[in-house]
This record gives sequence, structure tokens and C-alpha cells, in this order.
Amino acid sequence: MLRAVAPGAFAVIFLICLTSFAVALTLGGGPRATTVELAIYQSLRFDFDLGRAAVLAMVQFGLCAAAALLVRMAGAPDALGTGLDRVVERFEPGGRSVDALAIALAALFLMAPLAMIVVRGVPGLLDLPDGIWAAALRSVSVALGATALTLVLALALVLRGGALAQLSMLLPLAASSLVMGTGLFVVLYPLVSPRDVALLVTGLVNAAMALPFAARVLAPAAAQAEAAHGRLATSLGLTGWARLRWLILPRLRRPLGFAAGLTAALSMGDLGVIALFAGDGEATLPLLMVRLMSAYRMEQAAGVALVLLALSLALFWIFDHGGRGDAAA
Amino acid sequence: MLRLDGLEIRQGEFSLSADWALEDGAVCAVMGPSGGGKSTLLATIAGFLAPSAGRVVWDGRDLTPIAPAGRPISILFQDNNLFPHLTVERNLALGLDPRGRLDAARRHAIGAVLERVGLTGMAARKPAALSGGQQSRAALARVLLMDRALVLLDEPFAALGPGLRAEMLDLAREVLAGEGRTVLMVSHAPEDATRIASHIVLVDAGRAAPPQAAGPLLADPPPALRAYLGR
Repeated sequence: MLRAVAPGAFAVIFLICLTSFAVALTLGGGPRATTVELAIYQSLRFDFDLGRAAVLAMVQFGLCAAAALLVRMAGAPDALGTGLDRVVERFEPGGRSVDALAIALAALFLMAPLAMIVVRGVPGLLDLPDGIWAAALRSVSVALGATALTLVLALALVLRGGALAQLSMLLPLAASSLVMGTGLFVVLYPLVSPRDVALLVTGLVNAAMALPFAARVLAPAAAQAEAAHGRLATSLGLTGWARLRWLILPRLRRPLGFAAGLTAALSMGDLGVIALFAGDGEATLPLLMVRLMSAYRMEQAAGVALVLLALSLALFWIFDHGGRGDAAA
Repeated sequence: MLRLDGLEIRQGEFSLSADWALEDGAVCAVMGPSGGGKSTLLATIAGFLAPSAGRVVWDGRDLTPIAPAGRPISILFQDNNLFPHLTVERNLALGLDPRGRLDAARRHAIGAVLERVGLTGMAARKPAALSGGQQSRAALARVLLMDRALVLLDEPFAALGPGLRAEMLDLAREVLAGEGRTVLMVSHAPEDATRIASHIVLVDAGRAAPPQAAGPLLADPPPALRAYLGR
């Protein structure tokens, strides 16, 4: 089983690392510690060299597309296997404690930065910067808009998707949020002022980025609903909207909630497009945080980070929990 | 009258032919060894499978090009005859109208039919809150409510115990066949056929034989049926 899954997982992780613009930007990658994505950002924001940015974006896209192709060849991992929901008994001497250690280390690796945000952020809460609540409102609005759009698109892809839909679901994996933002920037710049459409474009790109994940969460459940109840629905003449309303949506409630939570959280934390497009007035929480950091106002930045963390978790929880209600069905 | 007009069904290696008619009001058991194509025959009549040749004809009308919901047919499957996420009332309402609308007249009709199958007061429950027998009754109630002339039963009661199954078959005969509907039901148990069937179609060796009167056939079975019954 591991042999089937590991290469795909490796490729996905590789892809994510390849596009880890936000971390590099946040940590202040300079000329010596630059990535392709950071270079795109710099040529757009500071040198304003659209041509160079476009070339770099193509390089980045080529890298990611190659990695995505590897994912494809490795057989994308199917994270949602089936089973009988039984607890699998394991008989390995010492297995449990080794597992526990590995899990604890991984948890520490994940939790340490979050814990630092909380520790450092709490004092920052007393001294939150001006405009944080406006930024929070912008972030939440963008996240909600992106979530709604992603769910509609993902449902359409899952229910009506052909080969082209499969491809369009892979493309956002290959094109990072920053690459898509660059493309949109180049397209839109002659037409409108980028800062006027900053939030709109951010929402659109966030929706596109979350689409592959949302579709992947929904697809198995949709297939299962059709397999179990499709004939009954067909025999009753449930087509189009009626089928969606009485069969698909109720059966997909849980994965829809999960996908919505995932999209909202992803969108809340996104720092790709917005960094390219936003002027002073359009900052979202992540952008506000980065700006504070580059001004060395670390305490305030930590406060903003804590607010961002809390809001992201809250959105995820609300959506995911909403999908679980009424579980007796 | 149901007529299978030179019907041929092919799926890879599997093939089945049928060329016969069944008189109105008949309760016909479809019997034969597993894998012989009993369910396939019903699925083709219902419109879930397209025949490779021939036609399904009802009262002179060719049903072959018509979608399942457009045929004068209601069908109960082996399982999943109710949507688990909807109440009994909503499940039944979908039998009246795919948009699932409920008004006073429909609620009344649903209440009446639930009473007939012995589910008075269960309208607001979801299937999970019903016993297996009650779920079968609710599915039967929807068939009644849909009021189609031909009813196909693909072993919907197979998971019930022998006593409950006999009870449901009696109820099915009483409420369905009693009103002149034609019933075609897949059955593995000869006692089921004896209990309610007027006719038997034997499906074996790639052919669905023409319906024959159940009594004489069971009293003196031909070799194929004899082998199936293990006599």
C-alpha cells in the first residue's frame, strides 16, 4: 500500500514546496535566498518588469507542470480509500510507542509555530494596528466568496466533468496562486488598475486553487450517492435540479462542509495574489501581517497572526461542523 | 398487456432472450439459477438497460426509447428503495412529483396510503428509524401512490426473515394485484411463488421462457425447473 501511495504523496509535497511563496516572502527572502516565485514578486512589485515576470512565471509553471506530471505518472494518491470503518488490529512489538513518538514529533513540528503565534500574539492583541478589523473583514469576505465559487465549480466538475474537467482540476496544482496572479496581472494591467480589482482577483484565484482539493473531496461521495441511490432517483424521474436537491446535495453534506471549511481556511491564509495586486488600502490579514513584519513591528504582527489563526480555524470549524449536523441520516 | 417482442440482451459473454406476452393482472414469479439474468430482465423492462435487439411493449406502445420514469412501471430494488436522508413523507412525495412538493391534498393521499400499509403516524420518520419490515412497507406505499400499471419487484423483501417476507408478499399481492396491476417479481423461493404467483417465468440457459400457469408448472416441473428446485 505504501508503495502505491508514497510516490504520489512525495510529488504533492514537492509541488507544495515548489510554490511556497508565502513562507519565503514572510521570512524576507532576499537576493541570496530567493525562489522563482519571490523573483516574480520582485520583478512585478519593485522592478515593474512585466516581461521578466511573465518569463519567470513560465519557468515556475514549467517546473510545477513537470512535478504535476510526475504526480500523474506516480498515480495520484487516493486519500479517500474505502473500508469497513473497523479498527485495524496491529501486532507489532513496540509499534505503538514508536508510532506515538513519530506522531508526537510531527505534532511538535506543526504545533510549535502555532504555539509561538499564540504566545507572542496574546500581548499583541492589546496593541493591534489600525485597520486590522477592516483587513479581517476583507479577508473573511474574500474567503466566503471564494468558498461559494469553489463549491459551485467543484460540484459542476464532479457531476458533469469529462476529460477536460480532469485536466482543469490538475492545472491549479501546476500553476501556483502567484503564477496565476501574475498572469491575471499582466492581462488586467492595461485595462484596470490592479488595486481596484485586488480583492476580486484574490477571491477568484483562491477559488481556483482550492478547486482540485474540493473536487477530490466531493467526487467519491458523489459517485457513492449515484451508485447507491441513482437507480431509485432515475426511476422516480429525478433529473436536473430535483436530483441535485433531493439526492446529491443531501448525500454530499459532509464532504461539502469539509470542502467549504478547507477552501475558506486556504483562502484566509493566502498570500500570493494579494501581495501583487493590493495597494495600501486593500490589505488582507496575511498581507497586513507581512507589512508589519517588514516594518519590524513584530509584536503587532504576532497579534495579527493570532487573529488570522483564530478566524481561519473558526471558519473551518463552522463549515465542517455545519456539514455534520443531522448525522442520523 | 406486457409484451417482450424478440427481446435480446447482451452484456459481454452474457446473453438473454425473451419473446412472450404476459396477461394483465398476472402476478408472475421470475425464477431460475443465480446469474441467469432475472434482475437483468427486470432492469431491461424498467429501462435501465437497453436491449441489443427487440422491444418492450406495453398495451401496443413501444417503451424501448422511453426513460425509466416515463414508463408505466414502478420498480422496487433489492435494497435502497428509500432515500435515507429524507422522511417517509418526502420519500413518498417524490413518487407523486419529482420536485417533491407537498400540499394538503398530497399529504392527505400520503397519509391514506401509509394507513393502508400499516404505517399510520410514521410519516415524519426517516428510514433509519423504521424496522426492516416497516421500510419495506414504506417502499410499497410509494409504489401504491405512484399507481403504475406494471410493478417490478426485484427481491425487495429478500433481506427479511421468512415470516416477515411472507407477510410482505401477502400485502404486496393484496394492495398491488388486487387492483388489477400486473406484477413481475424475482423470486428464489418456490414457496413464495406458490404463495402469490399466478404465473412463472423460468430464466435459464440464456432464455426467459414464456410465462406458464404456476400451479401446474410447480406440480409437474420440466427438467430445468426441477433441477433448479433440487427435486
